[in-house]
Amino acid sequence: MVSDPVPGGDIIAVRDLVKTFSGPMGTVPALKGISFVVRPGTVTGLIGPDGAGKTTLMRILSGLILRDSGSVSIMGHDPGNDPLSVQRSLGYMPQKFGLYEDLTVEENLDFHSDLHGVPSSGRKGLYEPLLSMTGLGPFVGRLAGKLSGGMKQKMGIACSLLHKPPLLLLDEPTVGVDPVSRRELWEILHSLVRESGSTLFISTAYLDEAERCDDILILHEGGILGSGSPGSFRSEVQGHAFELIEGSGRPSRALDPVISALPGVIDTVLAGGHLRIVMEGAAPPRVPESSGGFRFQPVPPRFEDALMTRLWHSRKDLEQGRATRLPWVAGKRIQGGKGEQAIRVEHLTRDFGSFRAVNDLSFEVGHGEVFGLLGANGAGKTTTFRMLAGLLPPTGGSLMVAGEDVRKFPAKARQNIGYMAQKFSLYGQLTVYQNLRFYSSAYGISGKAQTDRIQEVLKFFGLTPYRDISAGLLPLGFRQRLALAASLMHTPAILLLDEPTSGVDPNARRAFWRIINGLVMDGVSVLVTTHFMEEAEYCDRLAIMADGGLLALGSPSEIKAQAKTEDLPAPTLEDAFVTLLSRAAVPSGLPA
Amino acid sequence: MNGFRGWGIPPSVVRIRALVRKETLQIIRDPSSLAIAFLLPFVLLLIFGYGVSLDARHVPVAIVQDIRSPDSEGFAASLRNSPWFLPVPYSDIHSAVEAMKRQDVSGILWFREDFGRELHSFRDSPVHIVVDGVDDNTARLVMGYLTNVWQVWISHRNERGRDLSVFPVTLGARIWFNPDNRSRDFLVPGLIAVIMTLIGALLTALVVAREWERGTMESLFVTPATMGEILLGKFIPYFGLGMGGMALSVTMGHFLFDVPLRGSLLVLGVTSGFFLSAALGMGLLISTVAKNQFVAGQIAIVFTFLPAFILSGFIFDIHSMPTVIRGITHIIPASYFVTILQSVFLAGNIPGVIIPNSIALILFSVFLFAVIHRISRKRIE
Repeated sequence: MVSDPVPGGDIIAVRDLVKTFSGPMGTVPALKGISFVVRPGTVTGLIGPDGAGKTTLMRILSGLILRDSGSVSIMGHDPGNDPLSVQRSLGYMPQKFGLYEDLTVEENLDFHSDLHGVPSSGRKGLYEPLLSMTGLGPFVGRLAGKLSGGMKQKMGIACSLLHKPPLLLLDEPTVGVDPVSRRELWEILHSLVRESGSTLFISTAYLDEAERCDDILILHEGGILGSGSPGSFRSEVQGHAFELIEGSGRPSRALDPVISALPGVIDTVLAGGHLRIVMEGAAPPRVPESSGGFRFQPVPPRFEDALMTRLWHSRKDLEQGRATRLPWVAGKRIQGGKGEQAIRVEHLTRDFGSFRAVNDLSFEVGHGEVFGLLGANGAGKTTTFRMLAGLLPPTGGSLMVAGEDVRKFPAKARQNIGYMAQKFSLYGQLTVYQNLRFYSSAYGISGKAQTDRIQEVLKFFGLTPYRDISAGLLPLGFRQRLALAASLMHTPAILLLDEPTSGVDPNARRAFWRIINGLVMDGVSVLVTTHFMEEAEYCDRLAIMADGGLLALGSPSEIKAQAKTEDLPAPTLEDAFVTLLSRAAVPSGLPA
Repeated sequence: MNGFRGWGIPPSVVRIRALVRKETLQIIRDPSSLAIAFLLPFVLLLIFGYGVSLDARHVPVAIVQDIRSPDSEGFAASLRNSPWFLPVPYSDIHSAVEAMKRQDVSGILWFREDFGRELHSFRDSPVHIVVDGVDDNTARLVMGYLTNVWQVWISHRNERGRDLSVFPVTLGARIWFNPDNRSRDFLVPGLIAVIMTLIGALLTALVVAREWERGTMESLFVTPATMGEILLGKFIPYFGLGMGGMALSVTMGHFLFDVPLRGSLLVLGVTSGFFLSAALGMGLLISTVAKNQFVAGQIAIVFTFLPAFILSGFIFDIHSMPTVIRGITHIIPASYFVTILQSVFLAGNIPGVIIPNSIALILFSVFLFAVIHRISRKRIE
């Protein structure tokens, strides 16, 4: 028998945990001596960007990786010495949960029940609440491989819950899951804690999910940056958050670099056309009188504000917005012809066999506009993107990019497009400089023009210190910048970005978008697909897609207004997205 | 009673049964394992069974007669009747030599002008045999067969009483266990051993790598299943599948390629089991280092199939290899199985061959599984 944890004691106790990996470039510290405890019956969120050490910690807790030093106790057992005792009473859901795709939902459940020694009698009674909670009831006979992404995650949770573990470790259960499924997953997790008193330890890269936890543990570069309840984090920055409501008539995008450079400003971020500012103290930024009338209004703080403040204090060398411009990009913007939109899509349709991936889609993107395509997985975003880039011929409709008909002259249209794929197409073994050289050569730029342009790009993107480092060894945020730089070498007037900042820490995301904003100020048009609400907030206008068609179109505040109800007088963008999608959804939840 | 649940089955057995059932369902629903177990031996046996042959048949041979005589005509006729040769007459030795240079013929049989006269004397008859040494193996075969035909012709001639003074005693050569001297009969059993090496190693190496790729291994590791149970859960179903492939190969060898089966099926089955254990063990060992299917497949081919092909003695005789290489052949399980199979197919159940080679295979399997058990940990570093 597994001994019960001490009543009132800690279900996870970690002390001075150190883990180092040895790689080709020497040893890399993954966890630098962290200590924390998790109280039973709570939901504890492990928050951190990609590469912070979340998965390493999860694997050490579940006995899959040995630690270098420190102590770990899971319900009184040491996962390093006695992994089987820990694994008997633990539910663990890895980031990529291993469902057997050739097995049906029920066969997967049976398999995991057998492995965990769940008696075969009374299994039906055990499955029933799990299936109804996860909404998998109608699909017991379906092969796991034929479930949608969100369903698979729910199935993974169901499999980890079969033996009623007192502790459940979930490694980024919501990554790659659309906002609607994300909400459902969190509801499942919360009802689980309520009903069975389980303890949940969940890692996530989504900052908004932190607010759904009882306790938060911030992991940053292998160390713990802070821990506590979301409320305690928010109260740290109570009164520090402001919104710019009047800025002498200039657009927020233009004011962002100006205000972020003011003293005492920790963080500025564009949120639906408004500039949100976090200060070091409880006073709004002081703008020189000569700059005209600026007015700020206090707003309620968020967990993210506290995180940014802690990051700012821990690392003062945060990059400031660069004022330099790329002159050759600035000169490029009028190319599209007067009055013509940067992108014009009319009645666009694309069929794959009998399946209509994109259905009668129409929208326009103006010059110097940031336009976002939002949608759940499978809504048709990627298909639309590929057609815009001339990589996939449409079935019907018209597609004009920078005044060129993509269907007739895909190569000509492509000259005006910079494309940054979600998986950056960089050569990991080449240095930053060699990558830029290669991409500019590929577009026929050579000689002095090439050297000059590479120099400018390195400076503009803050990549000069990394000039001779292999692209594969760059931190994620810098790899993203390099990918963007490579897609800009041929001076495109239009940028297509596919989830450009997924997984990066909030600092890197802000830095990236500051670069984008700089380009937009110079007239470059940006089309971005995402299901990150943080990214959507940077857009001037949004199109929400569902089942290949257009569900809503407008500025972030217009879209929020569409979802306003009595219960939800001030919906966030995610609220709006979920509301609009569920309004449009077919009631049974099955594809029409 | 505490540790037992359900109908009193130990939890360990329940877990192994669940793992085997899961694997079996996967085998049935994902055709790739079935293809490796059945399609691969089928295709390989067809290609090698029909394509690889060490026999010389219908070899073109130039016949040059300086003077036609009844004796030389008689000998040429007996060549024509032989299944091994295709005699092509040439008028003189120069044109025959040219033909050999063009590789139109593989050998020349030259009857000198004094052939008829010399034949009746006690001296050697001046028949010149020239063989093309480019293909060394065929050259030796042609040489041997020609000599054979020559002796048969001489003895026939003697029996008819033409010349009692020549060859009162003749040498009667007989080839045991493969009386037709068909190379296919000893190639096919060897081939089965080589193919089963590949299949056994590929099956386990690929399916374990697939679990790593799909992330199912990580989920499996955090269940109470022990490493031994996980390994057994892989071994049992693929042992069954491999034996199925073995049965298919034996059936094809016997019925399609007419290889005789002189030993018992029981001995064949049991020794195949020993060998398959070793082959599956090699695959599992590969899977401890190769975590993706591409690498696992490459390693399986380079470290199991190729050595088995070259060093098992299935084509190349082990005795004629240098001492060092001969030493290496001892660590290739296929070399023991080739010996067993060739003897079970062609000679029968010979305890002196089967027992020592089977012991070697058992030792191999035990050693491999001991190593696997020692180095496999439920960890993902």
